[in-house]
Amino acid sequence: MAKPKYQISFKRRVQLTLRDMKRSVPLYVMIAPFMILFAIFVVYPVLKAVWYSFTDYNVLEAANFVGLENYRKLFLDDSIFITAIKNTFIIAVIVGPGGYILSFLLAWMINELPHTIGSVLTVIFYAPSMAGSAVITVFAQIFSNDSNGYLNAALRNLGITQEAILWLSDEDYVIVVVILASLWMSMGVGFLSFVAGIKGVDEAQYEAGAIDGIRNRWQELWYVTLPNMKPQLLFGAVMTITSSLSVGGVGDSLVGFPSPNYASHTIVNHLNDYGSIRMEMGYASAIAVILFFLMIFANMLIQKLLRKVGT
Amino acid sequence: METINNLYQKYLKRKKTNDFTPFVKKSQRSFWGNVILGLFLLLMGFTFFFPVIYMVSQSLKPMNEMFIFPPRILVSNPTLDNYRDFVNVLANTVVPVTRSLFNSAFVVVIGSVGHIVIASLCAYPLAKYRFPGSAFCNQLIVYSLMFNATVTMIPNFLTIAGLGMLDTQWAIIIPGFASTLGLYLMKNFMEQIPDSLMEAAQIDGAGYVRIHFTIVMPVVKPALVTAFILVFQSFWTNTGDKFIYTEANKGFAYVVQQLASGKVSGVGSSYAGISSASAVIMFAVPLVVFLIMQNNVVSTMATSGMKE
Repeated sequence: MAKPKYQISFKRRVQLTLRDMKRSVPLYVMIAPFMILFAIFVVYPVLKAVWYSFTDYNVLEAANFVGLENYRKLFLDDSIFITAIKNTFIIAVIVGPGGYILSFLLAWMINELPHTIGSVLTVIFYAPSMAGSAVITVFAQIFSNDSNGYLNAALRNLGITQEAILWLSDEDYVIVVVILASLWMSMGVGFLSFVAGIKGVDEAQYEAGAIDGIRNRWQELWYVTLPNMKPQLLFGAVMTITSSLSVGGVGDSLVGFPSPNYASHTIVNHLNDYGSIRMEMGYASAIAVILFFLMIFANMLIQKLLRKVGT
Repeated sequence: METINNLYQKYLKRKKTNDFTPFVKKSQRSFWGNVILGLFLLLMGFTFFFPVIYMVSQSLKPMNEMFIFPPRILVSNPTLDNYRDFVNVLANTVVPVTRSLFNSAFVVVIGSVGHIVIASLCAYPLAKYRFPGSAFCNQLIVYSLMFNATVTMIPNFLTIAGLGMLDTQWAIIIPGFASTLGLYLMKNFMEQIPDSLMEAAQIDGAGYVRIHFTIVMPVVKPALVTAFILVFQSFWTNTGDKFIYTEANKGFAYVVQQLASGKVSGVGSSYAGISSASAVIMFAVPLVVFLIMQNNVVSTMATSGMKE
């Protein structure tokens, strides 16, 4: 930001801020109920967890301050954590952009259809997200190690493989299974917001676009639809980042915990290991803090990319 | 050729009568484009819906078909026995099932409605006004979505215990109010409302709260509906097992969870049928809410004409 040409004294700035605050009293009253609950149930526990990350807290004994010891151990002594970071990146790089683009494309296509069919399809795509963990049992059947499992049988019948692939136990394949299952479940809230956002683009904008010489639906998508739904794109991006970098539960239920030779071990798996099994809360908190910064970094990157939309 | 000005006049006229059928053809849609689109959607729809089809088919199977491997999607002798068993078991629980259903309804209704009111009241000022602290609050809300909940659980438990809410429904409801996901969604949609809409109301003497309920909320109804579905789902599936210990205070989700894992009575594979029926029922409730809400969105789309 450019520096202002004239300097405002500190005293004057305080005065101005106080004046603004006085004017905004009704706004403060409006946000107060939520912000107070938010401070108690979200901000405070997060700050507490950040503090734990500098201690050896184990839930039973009082926490002792150990400085950066947890972080040092994570990066220098814990080779499994390095594997976890690597796996998380592989999964996120595929599931993140893949899920994001797919959910946008589907939302956009739905909007091209007559309203009733579109609504039915919205429900169909979102349904797996509502079914929750029940969906995972299906994946276990599809990717079954058995030679008669859906996928193995299909590959054999197509003549691609002769022998059954151990999808859920073979080190080389478990991460593929986790990626596919995560993509399958990526039609979540981001998708819903895209559907709502596209519907909200004013018809007049399309009419104006048609007058301005937009010829086909692709141009319309880039010059009219996308720029008009930037808030939804941003929302979807944040959702995608948080979900694709915290893949973990799917692997737990499909390939077991820990995964064969840690082949699909993610940061969140590692965090849960220390946070809810070994109860080394200090160490787990340090992992959470690292994951938090990874997400913030990814978020900044995506925001930069999204600014280019429609230009 | 109509001039742009003519078109604009025509648009204004239609706007008055709330007629929003497009009168200039949208940019061209080629026939083959539509065909490819349709086929692609069909394929994708089937792929994504497959787990749900599987779930429903599994619940309609008699015991001797349930364990065939590989599982068949088509049921040869469909039966509702699993659902009948499910109802029978629920009818004989120690704590009457009506009690746990009431508990769930209480949590879901108070929680969802309360969350939408409180969070939307907060989202509107954050989306449309700048005041000291607003930028900070906005950042905080985005970042809060990125912190893993496993490690915040213990501080949260201590807070809830300290507030004396343990073993009551409030231990689920009150922290649920503070969920940031719905708020962030609503805020992003509210940013699109043109300022002129609110300025006009302000000149007419309406206060912020009144503008919120009469102008902002109706315009962002699609977002409200989406947020409602999300929060409904999270309350409905919340078993509250970390906070609620008295059987009579537990919700329906908890009972079903116990039933599905065979803990209420009986064990093992004889409960597989009941378990699969319960999965469908747990899924059906948010689905019905979603369908009702979706319908509601259709009727309110006309308000999108308020946008600039």
